[in-house]
Amino acid sequence: MATRAEPLTLAPPRKRWGEAVIKALLALCALVSVATTLGIVLALFLPAIEFFQEVNFVDYITGTEWAPLFLQAKFGVIPLIAGTLSVTFWACLVAIPSGLGAAIYLSEYARPRTRNVLKPALELLAGIPTVVFGYFALTFVTPLLRDIGLQVLVFNALSAGLVMGVMIIPTVASLSEDAMTAVPRDLRDGAYALGSNKLQVSTRIVVPAAVSGIVAAFVLGISRAIGETMIVLLAAGQQPNLTFDPKQAVETMSAFIAATGAGDVPTGSVEYKTIFAVGATLFAMTLVVNAVAIRLVRRFREAYE
Amino acid sequence: MSATSPNVDLQGERTRGVWRGRIFYASLLLSLAVGFITLGTLVVQVVTKGIAFVDPVLLTNPPSANPEAAGARPAILATLYLGILLIAFTVPIGVGTAIYLEEYANRNRWYNRLLELNIQNLAAVPSIVYGILGLAFLVRGIGLGRILLAGALILTLLVLPTVIIAAREAIRAVPGSIRDGAYALGATKWQVTWRQVLPAAIPGIATGSILAVSRAIGETAPLILIGALTYISFNPTLGGPFTALPVQIYNWTKLPNPEFKDLAAAAIIVLLAMVLLLNAAAIWLRNHYQKKW
Repeated sequence: MATRAEPLTLAPPRKRWGEAVIKALLALCALVSVATTLGIVLALFLPAIEFFQEVNFVDYITGTEWAPLFLQAKFGVIPLIAGTLSVTFWACLVAIPSGLGAAIYLSEYARPRTRNVLKPALELLAGIPTVVFGYFALTFVTPLLRDIGLQVLVFNALSAGLVMGVMIIPTVASLSEDAMTAVPRDLRDGAYALGSNKLQVSTRIVVPAAVSGIVAAFVLGISRAIGETMIVLLAAGQQPNLTFDPKQAVETMSAFIAATGAGDVPTGSVEYKTIFAVGATLFAMTLVVNAVAIRLVRRFREAYE
Repeated sequence: MSATSPNVDLQGERTRGVWRGRIFYASLLLSLAVGFITLGTLVVQVVTKGIAFVDPVLLTNPPSANPEAAGARPAILATLYLGILLIAFTVPIGVGTAIYLEEYANRNRWYNRLLELNIQNLAAVPSIVYGILGLAFLVRGIGLGRILLAGALILTLLVLPTVIIAAREAIRAVPGSIRDGAYALGATKWQVTWRQVLPAAIPGIATGSILAVSRAIGETAPLILIGALTYISFNPTLGGPFTALPVQIYNWTKLPNPEFKDLAAAAIIVLLAMVLLLNAAAIWLRNHYQKKW
């Protein structure tokens, strides 16, 4: 009388509670990122709303004078935005051509061995702390600009912008290169078969085919430039002048936040709330720019991958 | 009567093309050089200005009003502590999130797609905004105060998206056949993940994490908002006030006295040495352990 073997069943196995707990723990890890976003939005916008109960929003967004510490305080954010855009402009002037050129070289011209050396080296540039770039802008680039005859002030938008441009070259180059390497070989081969040379293939086939990725790289670079703090804090100054003259000192949004947040401003004062109002403005600007970039990246990924 | 070929001047076209090509090639090299020349000049500038100040005084003394006696010991120690805490905090949370997204999450659910988009967006939020979060929530909101732990927590949130993205790529690179093999032998999902997928993904995860930490220890702006811009003469503790090496560099750079600027250059040499060491470790890991499937 043998014991009956258990009948073979295809019914789902017993519930494994350990597995369920692990899945819950992993989801909890993922929730940290969600909490961070919520935290950022709440931390920025709650005090910013309080700020706008004291300061008219229209005056803030259209005002051309920024003097939060004066007795007759002025809260017009335009000079800070202008300062940010001015520095960003000079950064783009350096980063976009250099980054694109470096990307074309790495993707189309460099031999694999050369590329394997140059790519990590370029990543190294991205690894330099921004405070070091700030030191470099203030102690080397500004005196250099003076030596070549430009009448720049000790703190000026030009020096900060140029150095920031070098800082974002790796961002622009590496994303553009990704986009160009994603262009299928067939397109290149077709162009070579019609008698094109390397220059023509690069500029008329590869770059147009990868254009959404390249533009995304530019946009991400711009977003980094808008939010960058230490270079402008050290080299561009802290005077909220409404000027696009690169020789003058300007104050960017990020530099204002850092300079004010570094001091011991009392919680709840209008001065304290300006940090959040300007922070929310900066956050909104970078968010829009990033959303554009993410959308563009998705488009080129869909096209060729 | 043989057909005469049309008279095409191939030669002329060619030389013009060749010269254009050469000029284009030269301009590409030039644009590549912009970054490297700046990097080279920066290193030469920092070393020539700062090397004289890289001495035991810099490493063992606290900051001082006298540049001859000023050092960066508290700042260097705090940066080391921050680095260790960052690894301890970001790696488990980052890898956990990456495993969730790659192995467990159903991509057809809206909340999982939102989660991905959220992480992509967080990766591009300016670091100063994280500083505001730290100031409002950690330092003032829940009353942690201006302590090292608050700095470590905020840097953790700052680098978390980078670590998640790197870990996801490493996990995705593990071929599906390895998972299928383990499942066929009756392994559960977690057994597959823990014993097969993760060991295979470790080199990639380690490389990404080390690079992220090397970025984070150079961050200055969020720490300034947390309140690290202070004079500290004692060794930092987890629950005490602190200043970090990049903040010390900022502090010395903005002083008008040129000797302090040179001191800043010396501190930069120390910081760059730390960052380069971490980068070299990451590149070495990548080259020696990364498998090609």
